[in-house]
Order: sequence, then structure tokens, then C-alpha cells
Amino acid sequence: MRFPMRLFDRFRIAISTLLHRKAETQRLNDELQFHLQQQITENMAKGMSEHEARSAALRAFGNPTLLRDQARSQWRWNGLEKFMRDLRYGARTLTRSPGFAIIAILVMALGIGATASLFTIVNAVLLKPLPFRDPGRLVMIYEHFRAAVDNTDGFNYNPVSPADFNDWRQQTHSFQDMAAWRYCGFSLTGDYGELPESVAAGAGSWNLFSILGVPMALGRPFTPQEDQLGASHVVILTWSLYQRRFHGDPSILGKQIRMDTVPYIVVGVLPRWFTYPDPTMQLWVPYASVFPPEIYARHDMHGSYVIARLRPGASAAAAVKPVSALQYRIHLANLNAPVAEDAVTRPMLVDMVKAVKTPLIVLLCAVGCMLLIACLNVSNLLVARGAARRKEVAVRGALGGSRRTLILEQMSESLLICLLGGGLGLLLSILATQWLANHWHGLPRANAIHVDGTVLAFTIGASLLTAVISGLLPALSSTGKDVLAALQDSSRSASGSASRALLRKVLLTAEIALTVVLLIASGLLFKTFLHLRSAGLGCLTDHVLTMQYALPKKQYDTPAKIIAFHESLLERVRRLPGVRAAALVSTAPGGGYENDYVFTIPSRPSTSFQLQDDALVRTASPGYFATMQIPLLRGRVFTEQERLDRYHYIVVSKKFADQFFPNANPIGEEINTMGANGKLENFQIIGVVGDTLYDVAQPIKPIMYFPILSGLPRFTNVATLVAHTAGDPLALSIPIQKQFAALDPQLPVYLVLTMEQIVSQSTVSQNFSATLVLAFAAFSLILASIGLYGVLSYLVTQRVKEIGIRLALGAQRAQVLRLVLMDGLRPVFIGLILGLAGGIAAGSMIRSVLYGTSILDPSVFAVMIGCLLLTAVIACAVPAIRASRIEPMRALRTE
Amino acid sequence: MGKPSDLVQGTLDLLILKTISLEPKHGWAIAKRIQQISNDVLQVQQGSLYPALHRLEQQGWIRAKWSETEGGRQAKFYSLTAAGRSQLEREKQSWSRLSTAINLVVDEA
Repeated sequence: MRFPMRLFDRFRIAISTLLHRKAETQRLNDELQFHLQQQITENMAKGMSEHEARSAALRAFGNPTLLRDQARSQWRWNGLEKFMRDLRYGARTLTRSPGFAIIAILVMALGIGATASLFTIVNAVLLKPLPFRDPGRLVMIYEHFRAAVDNTDGFNYNPVSPADFNDWRQQTHSFQDMAAWRYCGFSLTGDYGELPESVAAGAGSWNLFSILGVPMALGRPFTPQEDQLGASHVVILTWSLYQRRFHGDPSILGKQIRMDTVPYIVVGVLPRWFTYPDPTMQLWVPYASVFPPEIYARHDMHGSYVIARLRPGASAAAAVKPVSALQYRIHLANLNAPVAEDAVTRPMLVDMVKAVKTPLIVLLCAVGCMLLIACLNVSNLLVARGAARRKEVAVRGALGGSRRTLILEQMSESLLICLLGGGLGLLLSILATQWLANHWHGLPRANAIHVDGTVLAFTIGASLLTAVISGLLPALSSTGKDVLAALQDSSRSASGSASRALLRKVLLTAEIALTVVLLIASGLLFKTFLHLRSAGLGCLTDHVLTMQYALPKKQYDTPAKIIAFHESLLERVRRLPGVRAAALVSTAPGGGYENDYVFTIPSRPSTSFQLQDDALVRTASPGYFATMQIPLLRGRVFTEQERLDRYHYIVVSKKFADQFFPNANPIGEEINTMGANGKLENFQIIGVVGDTLYDVAQPIKPIMYFPILSGLPRFTNVATLVAHTAGDPLALSIPIQKQFAALDPQLPVYLVLTMEQIVSQSTVSQNFSATLVLAFAAFSLILASIGLYGVLSYLVTQRVKEIGIRLALGAQRAQVLRLVLMDGLRPVFIGLILGLAGGIAAGSMIRSVLYGTSILDPSVFAVMIGCLLLTAVIACAVPAIRASRIEPMRALRTE
Repeated sequence: MGKPSDLVQGTLDLLILKTISLEPKHGWAIAKRIQQISNDVLQVQQGSLYPALHRLEQQGWIRAKWSETEGGRQAKFYSLTAAGRSQLEREKQSWSRLSTAINLVVDEA
């Protein structure tokens, strides 16, 4: 009973000392007064006069103010009280110069805001765990070819073949369970004349959602029976498709929807938050349902992604060993096919963010640099203000103010600036983050981005840290030990400020060095973007419209039907006014990887697939190369003759010829690769054409073109119409789409894009990060030039008298101009050299996102150095000119 | 803060607690009482007394109340709380341990 009583007492006293501080202080005064009175009374009783009694009592009593402070210092919240007082002082000092305060707060708000935004995204995308059950135990398993080089994200992996996955799952038990999925696509049509629509979809094994721990919003996941070859057709809708196309129909379960004209029964709806692997996914079907039986049993059809759940406490490295051993046995059993030797894992989160990790970290570093520059700038301004208050501080130090108190008091100013800036910055970042998340093309987990407690804590932490960084140096420098020097320092001598000027120059040098690093990094990124933008795809990009379509396999089940559609479409489109030429290709240049095949060259047999030869696969109509102006280098291109069964001919790209037939004529040579129904067949090379890029940001890859007029089902169903137009290509998109509708009203057309749009789409993320870093660099440049201008103006004001004497003694104005200019430019040059070293280091860190430029790109360095020097000279010139115009007489008199 | 040079460090709390254990007293009376009982050996300075009183109050060992003195003036009277009473016992024990120990060392020669 006693203990809680005491706690309660202490609490009551703590509250009352916090809330009734004024009254408590008054009571303390009364108490001390009472003590004094008692002493006086006693003294008088001893026979002193009233006056004597009072002064004797006061003597014995000591300094009442000090006594009061000593008693008060025992109270709780004393530290808080001091802190509040410091803040009040800080606020008062700041409001005395509102211009400085506003600029400093805005600078910090921009710096902290931008940092908080980037952190919000990094936190949501890279750091937050995936929204699945116990996500730390989810890993991806890939095949691993020992001879293959690393993928662009620096990890050697290959998607998995269906038969590999099935063997892994059935024959190894080191993982708790594993699931597989692959991309696929469907045309959605309706029975009541709904608009046809092409949707991206996933084919997932029946246990996919249970391994991830995703409960269905409606209905149930797939059953093992549904995930088998030849099983009945079922589908699970994503929430967005369910809401958008089916208006959230509560009776959707058990209903049929038409996909590629085949009826599928809806068995479930996924929850709203489920957007794996990306938000474009519209629906899911069972994994086995998208494979023809002969493909499902193959070990060399690499296209699936395997997600596995680790047993509790198990390590991925240990769990994958049996899988890898099994894979090696599979490899040995299939030596004549491209089957991987090993299996490798990586955490699912790492797998999802691989593409954005480097750009995000680059941006975060850039924004951190900018924040540091902002800190240095505010620090610089505070040093200048500290100089003005030097005497005041010295006097207070001499009167007994401890250095700690003085430093804390001065830092309260930077604390206020940074806290206000941080608050404002947080508001800014809430707006900016949404904008960033919306405009960042292909950012994974974008729906998880929002400001939360972590971000709030980060912002507060960043504000406090910046307050220390920007406030400590000025406070230390202005409360130095040379109190006497400061007091003696007459306004006539300028020597006292020399050390502070040095400090400011050092800060400035650091600021400029950081700015140079940012400028160079942004220059390299921008050059990359420009390079990608202007990089020729290897074909015509002006006035070309592309649109893709996929003929449903059920209706278009024979080569004749497929060819009939393709040819009548081309004929109709070519007749349209404004169309100069039209042709078909499976995927247009710049439109993506699509697919690759491995092949062998029968004339040069090799024993195994240790070093595979693979090339991109395209199907093309006879007019494709002419329409896209891809040059024919050797031999001939397809004619109307390579059709139906006479399809064993290919056209190859220059890279293909150079790589696989170096110093030889490939025309007439044969290769052996996948033909009809997945069987291996021989194809004769009839021509060599110029290289085209499948992605502007990727190196050239060899390409094999197969005749689209073979009409092979599954191989030629999907096509891209490319039309070279006389005028604005987009103006023809509706007339061309009408030709589709005339031939098959149920057929959706998708990806209606001009070639220029394809190029800009694939450079949009480079554009985005280059623009952002450039904006950060520009802002930093402005900050640095403000700093430069401020320091130099200050120095000129300090040296007015000296310059006046120089001029009076006969110095030329040009000499003075040079003197001041060089004084200002010296830190610029030192900063520049340091910054160049930093820039090279930064460049080598972002090497993986640079294309078409080296980290020592002379044009980037020249432009950026020129930019900096020009800005620096302008910032220095103003104070220098002012210095050279000083009137000697006035300068000497005004002291 | 001036330390009581004539008091063994840390004993002021004990003296204050003991002094007010019989009846509530104000600061002046506490100082006087200590002086009297110790035959003027122990002189408590105001600079030590009031900080100590406020510290003890913040810790919940003593409680303050304004009331009238015999002379009819308002003064702040301090009295022991229950927690203060047990604290007094602890301080007493630790003091007797300490003084016994010091005596042992001093007398040993």
C-alpha cells in the first residue's frame, strides 16, 4: 500500500511542479523570505537595531537569487525549463532577422522534405516486409546454368521449366512447400456484346496462394484436381478486375466468363491488396492449364517462377542443396537439351525490387548530399551571424555563463530552424511522395507507399541530426576560449575574424565538393538518358504505329485460319489512305524480350549444351524488313512462298551471323531448333538483316526471324501490326482498329503505340531518375552559390578599410577586383578538385545504370565543371566589383 | 551548490528527516533545531538546507504545508510521509553502519 502511495505523491508533485511553476516559485520566495524574517527577528532579539539586524541577516543568508536557483534546481523538469528558455531565446533571435529565418527554414524544408520522400519510397519498397504471411521465409528458387553470365541485376539465374518444378516439389522435402507461376494472357469477351479486352494474367499452382498466406476475398483457391492437365477451366479474379469489369457482382462465384472464347468458371476473388507480381495482373488460372501436355513434361522450357517457403529456422542455403542435387541428376539425364545444372535461391523481397534497388539508392544518396549541402549552407549563415554576436557571447562568458550553456543556447536556433523546416518538409514530402510514386514507371510495391510511423521517426531524426550538423560548428566557433581577444578586438582590426573566415571557407569547400559530386552524377545519368533516347533501335521510328493482337487458339486452330486473318488484315490496312506500308512481326523493336530459343548447328555438332547458343525469336511477314527499313545485308528476306508447311527458313540478324558464323557466309547454313509442336527441326538461313534492339537499355542480342505465314498455332497467333504512315500515326489508330473489328468483332487490340512512344516508354525510368538527380544538383548549385556570395560579401565588408588603404596607397581597381575574386575562387577550386575525385567514385558506384557513357565522360565533366565555374564566378563577381568600387576616403572615415 | 563543509556528506537528509519526525517544522526551525541539539556543532547553511528540502519533497519523503506559526505568520511546514519514515529508518541504519565502521578504523590504532 505504501509504495503506490509514494508513487502517487511523486506523480502529484511532479505534475504540480510542471503546471504551477509560477505559483511554486512564488511560494519558494515566500519561504525564503520567512527564513530571512526569522533571522532578523532573532538578531533584533539579541539587541541589534532593525537596520543592523537586516544587513547581518542578509550577510548570513547569502545571495537570495542564487539560493532560490539552487533550491529550484532540485525541482523536476528543470532541464525542460532550461530547454524551453533556450528555445525562446532562439525564437527571439530568429524573429529579429526574419529574412534569414525564412530562407534557412525553406532550405531545410526542401532538403528534409526531399529526403523524407525518398526515404518513404525506400522504406515501402526496399525495407518493409512483403504483405504475405511470415514473409521472411519466402524465397524464389531459380535454375542456374554454370556457363551463363550474370543477369543485369548481377545474379546468375534462369526461370524454371515446368517439369523441373514438378520434380523438385515431388522429390525433395527440404522446403515446407513450393509453388510455381508464369505469365500468360487472355482475351476477355462477353456473351452480351461487352467490349473485348486483352488482359495480363498469371498461371499459378494450386498451392500458390496458401504458400503466400493470401486469403481469398471471395470463394476459394484452386484445388489440386484443378491444377492438372486437361482439368476443367476455372479462374480466380483479382479485386480490380472484379470491381472494374464485373462491378463487384456478389453472385460472381460459379459464373462463367469467356476467356479466349472458352468458358471459365469463377471460383474465387483475390483481396484488394494483392497485386503480386505487379498491378497489371488481372486474373489467375491454374498452372497446368496453360501448358500443352508435351511442354508440361519438358525440362528445357524455362519460363516459370518458383516460390518456396522455408521450414521454420531453416536456412535457404541448406534447403536448396537437395533441390540442386536433384537438378544435377535431371541435367545428367538430359545432356542433349539446355537443362540447368543447379538450383539457386534468393529472398522473395530482393527478387521483387531488384530492378529499382540501384536507382533508388542513387536517388537517396543524391538527396542526402543535397540535405548535407543545405546543412552546410545554414551552418555557414549561422557562422556569419555568430561573428556579429561574438562580443555579446564573450561578455556573457566572462560573467560566468558556462560554455555548455552558451553552446546549447546557440544550437537552439539551428534546432528551431531544422524542426520548423522538418515539419514543413514533412508536409511537402507527403505531396511529393504521392507524385513520385505515381510517376515512377514500373515501381514495384507502389501501393505500399505512404507516410507511417517509421517515416515520421526518420523525419524527426533527420531534423535533429541536421540541427546538430548545422548548429554545432557555428556554436563551437563563436564560444571559443579567446574571450579576451574578442573583448579587446576593436572594431578597427580585422584580424580577429580570420579564423572564422577560414571556417567559412572550409564549409564552403565542402559544399562545393558535394555539389560537384551531384553535378557529375546527374550529368552521367542524363547523358545515359540522352544516349538511350537517341540510340537507334536499328529501324524506322518516325511515323510508325504499332498495335498488338492475339488470335484466340480455340477459333484460330489451323494454320489456314491464322494466315487468312493475318493476310486479310494486312491487305485492308495497306488500302487505307495515309498508310505507306504495313507488315506483321511478333514483337516490334524496343517492345521487349518476348522469347528466346536455343539451337544447334548440325554442321558443327557439339556434344552437349554446356555453352548454349541462343537467340531471340521473332516471327515476321515478308514485308516487315522493308516496312521498318531494316537493311538487308546478305541473301534475301521472306516471300509469299515461305508459308504453311514450307516454313523451314529463317532470316537472322547481323549479330547472329557475326557471333555464330564468324568470317563465314551463313546463307544456306542450317540450324536445329524448336519447330512445330515443340519438336526439333532444321531451318535454313536465307538472309542476314541489320540488328535491332529489343530494349534500348540492353545490349544487342542475336535474333532469328521465322516466317509468320507458317501459321503454326501457338507460334504465330500473337502478332504486332506495324504501319508506316504518311501523317500523324496516332490519327490512323481508329481507322486501323476498325479493320480488326470488321474481320473479328470479338478480337481485342492492345498496346496501340507509336514507335516513338515505345522508345520513350522504355527510357522513362532513366529519364525520371536523371531529371530528379539533375534537380537535386541544380538546387545544390544554387545553395552553393548563395553560400559563396554570402561568404565573399562578408569578407569584403570585413576588409573595407584594408581595401580603402590599398586604394589610397595607389592600388589599381583591377588589382582589388582580382584580389577579392581569387579569394572567393580558391575554395571553389579546392572544392572542385575534391568533388571531381568524389564524382569519379560516385560514377563507379552507379556504373551499372549507365549506358553509352563512361564514368570519365569528358563532355559530362566539361559541361558540369563549366556550369560550376560560371556560377561561382557570377557569385564572386558581385562582391568583387563592389570591393573594387570602394571610395578610399569614405572607407577610411566610416569606422 | 555549496556543500555543507561541516557535515559528513549525505547526512543532511538524515538530520532533516530525523528533525521533523516528531512534529512538522519549517525550514528556519529545522536549522535551529539541528544547531541546538548538536550544541552548535552542526550549522546548516541555507544554501544546503532549501535545496535538500525541495529534493526530499520531490522524492516524496516529506510533505509541505502552509500554516501559521506561534507568532501568527504563514510558514511552510515540512512533515514526514510514510515513505519518508521508512527512508529515515534506512538512513539511520546506514549511518550506524558507517559510524561503527569509521570508529573501528579510528580506534584500531
